[in-house]
Amino acid sequence: MTAAGTWTPVCAVTDLIPFRGAAALLPNDEQVAVFRTSGDEVYVLSNVDPFSGAAVLSRGIVGDLKGVPVVASPMHKQRFDLRTGACLDDPEVTVAVYPVRTADGMILVGSP
Amino acid sequence: MPRTLVVAGNGPVGHRLVAALRDKDSDGEWRIEVFAEEPRPAYDRVALTSYVETWDPAALQLDGATYECDDRVTLHLGDPVTGIDRAAKRITAASGSTVDYDALVLATGSYPFVPPVPGHDLPGCHVYRTISDLDAIRMDAERSVRGRRAALVVGGGLLGLEAAKALRDMGLSPHVVELAPRLMPLQVDDGGGGLLRRLIERLDVTVHAGTGTQSIAADRGRLLAKLGNGTELDVDLVVFSAGVRPRDQLARETGLAVGERGGVAVGADCVTSDPDIYAIGECACVDGAVYGLVAPGNEMAEVVADRLLGGQARFTGGDLSTKLKLLGVDVASFGDAHARTEGALEVVVNDAVAGTYKKLVVSDDAKTLLGGVLVGDAAQYPLLRPLVGRDLPGDPAAMIAPSGGAQAVGVGALPDDAQVCSCNAVTKGAIDGAITEGCADVPSLKSCTRAGTTCGSCVPMLRQLLEAAGVRQSNALCEHFPQKRTELFEIIRSTGIHTFSELIDRYGNGSGCDICKPAVASMLASLGNGHILEGEQAALQDTNDHFLANMQRNGTYSVVPRIPGGEITPAKLMVIAQVAQDFGLYTKITGGQRIDLFGATVDQLPEIWRRLVDAGFESGHAYGKALRTVKSCVGDTWCRYGVQDSVRLAIELELRYRGLRAPHKIKAAVSGCARECAEARSKDFGVIATEHGWNLYVGGNGGFTPRHAELFVSDVDTETLFRHIDRFLMFYVRTADRLQRTAAWIEAMEGGIEHLREVIVDDKLGICEDLDAAMARHVGSYSDEWAGVLGDPAKLARFRSFVNAPGRPDPTITFREERGQPVPLGLPVAVTR
Repeated sequence: MTAAGTWTPVCAVTDLIPFRGAAALLPNDEQVAVFRTSGDEVYVLSNVDPFSGAAVLSRGIVGDLKGVPVVASPMHKQRFDLRTGACLDDPEVTVAVYPVRTADGMILVGSP
Repeated sequence: MPRTLVVAGNGPVGHRLVAALRDKDSDGEWRIEVFAEEPRPAYDRVALTSYVETWDPAALQLDGATYECDDRVTLHLGDPVTGIDRAAKRITAASGSTVDYDALVLATGSYPFVPPVPGHDLPGCHVYRTISDLDAIRMDAERSVRGRRAALVVGGGLLGLEAAKALRDMGLSPHVVELAPRLMPLQVDDGGGGLLRRLIERLDVTVHAGTGTQSIAADRGRLLAKLGNGTELDVDLVVFSAGVRPRDQLARETGLAVGERGGVAVGADCVTSDPDIYAIGECACVDGAVYGLVAPGNEMAEVVADRLLGGQARFTGGDLSTKLKLLGVDVASFGDAHARTEGALEVVVNDAVAGTYKKLVVSDDAKTLLGGVLVGDAAQYPLLRPLVGRDLPGDPAAMIAPSGGAQAVGVGALPDDAQVCSCNAVTKGAIDGAITEGCADVPSLKSCTRAGTTCGSCVPMLRQLLEAAGVRQSNALCEHFPQKRTELFEIIRSTGIHTFSELIDRYGNGSGCDICKPAVASMLASLGNGHILEGEQAALQDTNDHFLANMQRNGTYSVVPRIPGGEITPAKLMVIAQVAQDFGLYTKITGGQRIDLFGATVDQLPEIWRRLVDAGFESGHAYGKALRTVKSCVGDTWCRYGVQDSVRLAIELELRYRGLRAPHKIKAAVSGCARECAEARSKDFGVIATEHGWNLYVGGNGGFTPRHAELFVSDVDTETLFRHIDRFLMFYVRTADRLQRTAAWIEAMEGGIEHLREVIVDDKLGICEDLDAAMARHVGSYSDEWAGVLGDPAKLARFRSFVNAPGRPDPTITFREERGQPVPLGLPVAVTR
């Protein structure tokens, strides 16, 4: 879905602590939240919490809900599926998911 | 056109009548005029003694007692009914106003009986019935400040022991004089009374039983009481609690029939000799008997409410069962406690070592339970009382055997029509019904059925009934850990596990969540595992702990440097002002006597803190489930009224407990005198200076459900105070549930504050040495979290706006100005609700 060459390198996988995220800025000024779970598994969502409008999802706690990898918004604790962006506490709400891959230990983020 | 009901009297029973009638009168048949002698809305007289803990009349007020939102009820406070014209069906009140009634209910209660002892009316002699009585006792108690203060309580019944407790809580040494050979002669037998006396004398209450008070005389500003046995007592005040008499004078004056020994004569329908006049509660004499307890009074109120709406309810005979905690000693008496039934047999288990006395009274064939007495341990009361008059489910001796026989019998033994809550006449069947309808916990059962809302003694039964119905309250921390917090704490403490990953591997499942991770992080921190952002621990922290600041609505953070005790030099104030100015921060004074700086971005936090730490500030832990502040008044250094240096103590306490991670935030305060300017009683622990030392209060909080802290120990020196607070906090850290403040923790504790006192003061569990050592470790290992970040490049590296553009500020954060300060601009929100 993304043309080659639009991947943005954001940081090394090892720059992130397991089960934690960080915010990154894409060339078009969009903010994303990059999460690392166990090992080298990496997910990227929009950094903006849809409930508060604040760019804070990257600062949420990462874990699982019945096996589904999730981040809990640090603002009011709604949980989002890291794979799909779906809010598990409100079926009507989804945040954007960004394509991600790793190369030579670097995390590369594509456009949604 | 609604009919008019006049209620003469506004005690708990009068209020119960009005509440019951308003509840049932869906067609609005009645409007109600209540005439109250006292100047305040109806309050819980049974709990009068607890007034000493708060001196706040509102704390005792009964639900709905003001009738504020009910235009069908008019409450006339401080305006008792003074006359009844039965022919005209009209009452006259003290104010001179008159009201025509269709029905009149006398609920005038009773008055304290004062024996005609010479000197009984001297200044310093009191009775014990109303809030105003306690206020008067308090004034006298506070007037006498020199030497050992003592008080005489005349009458060693239930009320006398309550009065003794109140006096003890006011710091006096009570002497109780009882004419009968034992305490509580109406409720307990000689065996129970003997044990009760031993238990109560341990608590600085002197008992003089089997003798009367001969005279009271004024003696150099105090009172000298002479007892029948020759004892002379030098006391500061006297409280008469020698029983009550029905207030039936209104009925007498208007020619209504009265009982042989007083009380307005009524039948089981609660109707007096005038068909339009009813009498309920302690002023009524139902078929020859006067009842001095609230439960029968409530039943009478319900009978009259029913009859006013055309019902045929009848008073079924009062349940005189009582369970109470007198000076921390459990006493229960139920049914035929004195074995007066013909052929009744007694089964007694008297354990002088354990300090318990238990007696069951059974029928001559030992098959039917008739009554009983429990002293020292009344845990079996809620199960035994409903069994009165019914077949025993087992061997009576086994039921009161030390190894908890009655619990083993279980709630299954109760028939459906057995009353579980005798205060509100709620049967087991009604409770089971509510559970079937969907009530899944004690609070919902309480609001659904009213069971457990008066004396609370049946609450354990409600829990058992829920369990018996298969409703289980899960204690699991979350889906990743089946254990509750206390269990996890013990696991971490005893195994020495110091990482979340090892804990979840060995004792949980999955990868954790926003519930268990911060909870485990907090426990690891309580047990001293280095800096909270060290290694893997960083990933467990909530955003506030992760950035050591408080996240606000636009994603920026606020910064609160510690200002111990609220004391700060002008130079340090200037540092805070300069930092706020330089970083464009909004500033506000907090409720905890410090200064909050708002609007800092993640990347600004280290720069801000570099400046603050260099100026000698350290983290205030406003972001943590930890000790926040110890607020103080200015104390005797400046204040004309202060009796101790509250600022110094507050600073010492704050520095001692700073950084202590706990299940929830901890707030504290120190007041330098009883005027309590620091509001210490609204804190988790609060200290109030006395002439002789410090009073420690525990378990208070503000917030959603405000609570006053309760007196824990009084007049202790500073060293003892520290020791008790050390243990209190460590025990809280170890045994409270996640996000449970101290008030809820104590409330949920079996045995409540008395148990807490046993653990902390008497070392009942033998853990105090361990608690003391744990606190010593905490105090010895404290270091400032912000200094720890500033000195570690790896931790500092996390404080950046974007991992790939550390210098770029977050473009979504913008401010506007309000009253000369920056405030966040509203953010576009994708979801509205």
